[in-house]
Parts: sequence; structure tokens; C-alpha cells
Amino acid sequence: MSKITFPRMGESYRTFKMFLEDLGNEVVVPPRPSKRTLDLGIRYTPEFACFPLKILMGTYLETIEMGIDTIVTSGGVGPCRAGEYAMLHHKLLSDLGYKVKMIVIEPPRLHPFNFYKSVRALNKARISIKGIIAHVKRAWRKLQALDNLEKLSHIVRPREINRGNTTKVYRKALEWIDQAYTTEQIVEAESTALEALNSIPQDANRNVLKVGIVGEIYVLLEPASNLEIEETLGNLGVEVEKSMFLTGWTRDNSWNETSEGITVKEAASPYLPELIGGHGRDSIGHTVLYAKRGFDGIIQLAPFTCIPEIVARTILTKVSKDYNIPVLTFFLDEQTGKAGMNTRLEAFVDLLKRKKQFQSGIESFTC
Amino acid sequence: MAVKVGIPNALLYYIYYPLWQAFFNEIGVQVVTSGKTTKDILNNGVREALADACVPVKIFFGHVMGLKDRVDYLFIPRVVCVNRKTIYCPKFLGLPDMIRHSITGLPPVIDIRMDSRQGYFAMLKAYTEIGSIFNASKHSSFRAYKKACRTLNRYNKLLQSGWNPHEAMSLLRKPGSLSKPPEPSLNFAVIGYPYNIYDSFISVNLLDKLRRLGVGTITTENISPLLLAWQKNCGLPKRLFWTFSDRALKAAHLLFKQGRIDGMLHLTAFGCGPDSLLNKFIELEAKKYKNIPFMTLMIDEHTGEAGMSTRLEAFVDMVKRRKEALACLK
Repeated sequence: MSKITFPRMGESYRTFKMFLEDLGNEVVVPPRPSKRTLDLGIRYTPEFACFPLKILMGTYLETIEMGIDTIVTSGGVGPCRAGEYAMLHHKLLSDLGYKVKMIVIEPPRLHPFNFYKSVRALNKARISIKGIIAHVKRAWRKLQALDNLEKLSHIVRPREINRGNTTKVYRKALEWIDQAYTTEQIVEAESTALEALNSIPQDANRNVLKVGIVGEIYVLLEPASNLEIEETLGNLGVEVEKSMFLTGWTRDNSWNETSEGITVKEAASPYLPELIGGHGRDSIGHTVLYAKRGFDGIIQLAPFTCIPEIVARTILTKVSKDYNIPVLTFFLDEQTGKAGMNTRLEAFVDLLKRKKQFQSGIESFTC
Repeated sequence: MAVKVGIPNALLYYIYYPLWQAFFNEIGVQVVTSGKTTKDILNNGVREALADACVPVKIFFGHVMGLKDRVDYLFIPRVVCVNRKTIYCPKFLGLPDMIRHSITGLPPVIDIRMDSRQGYFAMLKAYTEIGSIFNASKHSSFRAYKKACRTLNRYNKLLQSGWNPHEAMSLLRKPGSLSKPPEPSLNFAVIGYPYNIYDSFISVNLLDKLRRLGVGTITTENISPLLLAWQKNCGLPKRLFWTFSDRALKAAHLLFKQGRIDGMLHLTAFGCGPDSLLNKFIELEAKKYKNIPFMTLMIDEHTGEAGMSTRLEAFVDMVKRRKEALACLK
């Protein structure tokens, strides 16, 4: 029987594993990207390809060692490079002599037939369409549960009394959701998990800064690629809000645009009226919205040489001036070190604190 | 005094300048260009643009800096798609916005959106809209556009008969003023984007250097679009999304297949997004054609004249020797 794998993006792998197993596939869960993954990845990929491509190449090579022969991945229609990555990965892998089948899932709105074919190829258990829809619904619920849990952890972490408590409980709670199978179980696991996070001893009076994270979806969602930036910020006493989660993004890109997506577009339109691919316009729109909601600062994450984010960064300078909100950008690649990043983050947070203190006129701002 | 419109000598200049110039002149507007790229232009661009942007974009910033105080309008159209299939690089799509939000003291920017996917007459509409900014009637805009298209056709014909854009532009002004150089002993394909290859400052005089070494060059612009279209998707499941990259990949495939060239150079800019894919695809294809040597040249704002010359001379010598050795074997 063929073994199948997929790109890993944060904790979402728990859902994809369940869904692909439901369809009757033998799934190999991709390991968390490590130093070795990167070393393997950068050996064979172009130097200026973006970070996600390199990590994924490493992941594929690692899972090939584990015996997979099929890879499911997402497609795209441009102008972001990510749409071509499946093609390049396939070429590189066959150039290295690996015979791997690639199933590329294109957006169903634009390529309905292609989408149908990929789903058929994945449906090893020959489940009826009705059955597939039920499985999708359950997988979707699980994805939402994972996203909700992560969102709450970002709120609890800066307020926790004992450092590291949240991360510990969060890891445990992820396993509960992982083990839930039916919809009822997922809902139950989710509410228990949220309760467990909420019951962590917190300091309600703590003065917490609010920072929005915008940028490219992969480096936003995969902690191994952004060097656990949310955790670092949480430990520095900063509440983080990520602009993008897999559930929201999938909804916007697979079928209908949500009102949320349209608001972001409108917010960005005075600065960038054109869709430039990737998440360039979203980064600008979210920055404007966060500024209006009174956030203290914005952090933009982007892979090195990411074209849409370079365009966005150029324009964000103006947004930052217009709305008086500080923006810090990280261009991430395999050379980014955790210590350097922490130093920059600490300095940024210190500046934000000073700015807040100055604005509110309070002399002693303690954290 | 006539209204002056500034067109920077960078990026799309090498593809569309004859059309734009003819169009503006026809509706009674004077066109001002920023001239050849110089050290100052580059320095200005590097200072204004984001460090992570690629050299051609930095140079574009520099050209805009040089133009902005001399003109009444800046012409930076948002060219999205002209062939209904491929689009331009995201940096072209966001170009007017990048310029507007990072350079201060700009004259009004004409950033008409050109997207042929919106309908058969989308381009004509875009040009009438430009005309209306200068109070040209629809009729005269239409006539000017027609005439400009004819000029562009003539220009493209000149390119396809082997001239480079600078020569073709002076031939458009004064037909028959240039004579063809003698047939060289070696022929190289130079794959890359027109705004890198033909800007003699960024490419460190690549074409001239090759000519002095006795090497003739053929570029993507010298190949008829029909021949390129015939390559379909180059054996890939999807075409490359970006117009210039798609054309370059097709040109590389075609030239490899024809086998009339002695070597292939790929000129790429440091940090170019689309090129990271394009270069790998060409490299993988080059592996199949062992008789055509392939080399990648990377340029950025620090590229030195000497380093480039050494690499080119070595490559040319190697190809020459190989050709002589092969001739002896026969």
C-alpha cells in the first residue's frame, strides 16, 4: 500500500493526518522541521527560493527516507511563487532519482475538474461523496478547535504567573484534541482544553502590550520557521494576534470570500489597490486594521526574497508613519538565528513600552 | 509650452518605450526620459528603495529620483497582463504604489492599470484614459494608439531581425543608419530579463564585452513570439506565471532544441524571486544538452567590472577550445 505525506504547517498536521486516514490512506506524519531538515532542503534547492520551499524540500526528503511514495500538496494560480513549488519539487526529486507521485490540490473555484481528480486519487477507501463531505466537516471542526486553542494561548501566555505554564498546558491540550475523533469528542476536547488554559493562574492587572503579526502564511503558521516568535513574545509579556489562520485563509481562497477578507482588502486599497500575490495586500490591510484597533506595534514576518512582502514592506513604511504605529520586519531564512531575533524583539518591545508610557504619561510602567 | 511626461529608462522601457513615445507625441505631449543609468542613479535608488528589493527595482527608484523635478507627470503604468495568459512580476504590479509611498515630492503619477484579461478592448481603454488626462479626445487617443501600435510592430520586427533595443530605437528614428556587424565565429544565447541585459550599467557591459571577445549574442527579444508560443509549457504541468520568466524559459528550451548556439548565459539579479525557479528549470534542462555549456551570471549593485570580465573570458576561452578540439576530432 502506498504511503502518503503532506507539508507540515504548525499544528494543522493533526487534522490532515485524521482526514487522509479517513480516506483510507496510510499516512506518514512529517517530522517537525529541524536543523537536519534544513540542511537537506538547502542542499538541493535554488539559493533564492523562499524559505518554505527549502523546508518542504527537506521534509519531503526526510519522509522519503521513511518510505513514502505520494505527496499531497497545495497548488496555486500565482502571482506568488508558491503555486509553482509542487512542480519544482517534483522536478528536483525526480532529478535526484526518487520516483514520487505528487497530488496537487488546486483551488476548486478555478480548477473544478483538477480538484475532483485529486480528491479521487486520494480517496483510496472509495467513500461516497456524502461520506467525504462528512469527513471534511469533521476535519474542519478539528482545525477550528486547534486554531481556537492557539488563539487563547496567545492571550493567556503574557498574563501567566508562572513562566512556561501555558506552553505546558497547551502541549497537553493539543494531544487531547488530537485523540478526539467524532465531532462530539472534538467539541468536548476543545471545551476542556480551553477551560484548562483559562484556569492557569493569571495576573489580571498586568500591563500587557498588544502586537499584531502579519506576513506570509507559512512562516506565520510554522513555529519552526519563525523560531517560535509567539512564544518568545508571550514570555516578554506581549499579547500576540496573528493575522492569519489556516481556517480563515482556506475559506477565503477555496470558495467564497468572507466579510473579513473583504474588510482587509478595503483597508489596504488606499495603499495597494492591486492583488500582488502571496499575502502582500493582506499584510498592509491587517496593519491598518490593527492600528485602528489600537495595537501597540506590528511585526511582519516574511521569507527572504518574498516578492509580495518586499512590496508590502516598502509601503508599510508609509502606513507606519500615517497611523503612528511601529512596524518591525523579519526576513527569515536558514541563516536567521534565534539569539539575534530575540535581541531585536526585546529591543522592539522595550521601545513599545516606552512609547506607551510616554503617551499615557505614567511615570512608572512596570511589567 | 507642452506638458512634459517623464518615463524612467528602466524595467518596461526596453519593451514599450517606442509605443509610449509615439502615443504621447501624437497627443501633443512631450516625453522626457531619465537617460542612461549612472552611478548616481544607482546610489539614489539604493538609498530610497528597500534593501531587500532587487537591483532593477532599485535602479527604477533612482531613475524616478532623477526625473521627478524635471517633469509635470510621471508615467508608471501598472502593467498587469498583456497577453491574457501570464502576468508580470508582483514588483511590477505594486510598482506605482511602492514609488508613491516611499519617494516624497513626486509630480502626479499616471498609474493606469493595463490588464488585457478584462476584455478585448482593455488596452485601448487604458490608453484613452491616459489621453483624457491630457484632454485628448477619444478619437485622437484612438488614432494615436493605432499609430503607436504600428511603431511598436516596426520596433519588434527590428528586434527580431537581430538588433538590440538601443540599436532598434535609433533605427526607428533614422532607418538604415546602422550596418550589420560581421558574422561572429561563436554565438551565445543570453537569457534573462531585458531590463537587466540591455542596461549596460547593471549588466556591466555584458553585450559589449561579448562582442569584443568575438561572440555574437541572441536574446529572448530576438526570437519570434510564434516560435516561443510553439514551446507550449516546456514539458511542465503549469506555465511559469510571469511574462518575462515564461518567455525566457521558452527561449531557453527553443535554443537548446535548435542547437545552433555554442553556449548559454543566464543573467540574473541577486534576490530575484521568479529567477530562483527559472534558473533551476533552465539548469535541469541544460543537463540534457551536454554539448551546450551553460553558465549563470549573478549581478547586484556591487558587481565589479573585473570579476565579470574574468568569468566571461574564461567561459569564452573554454567554449572556443572545446570547439577547436571537436573540429580536430572530426
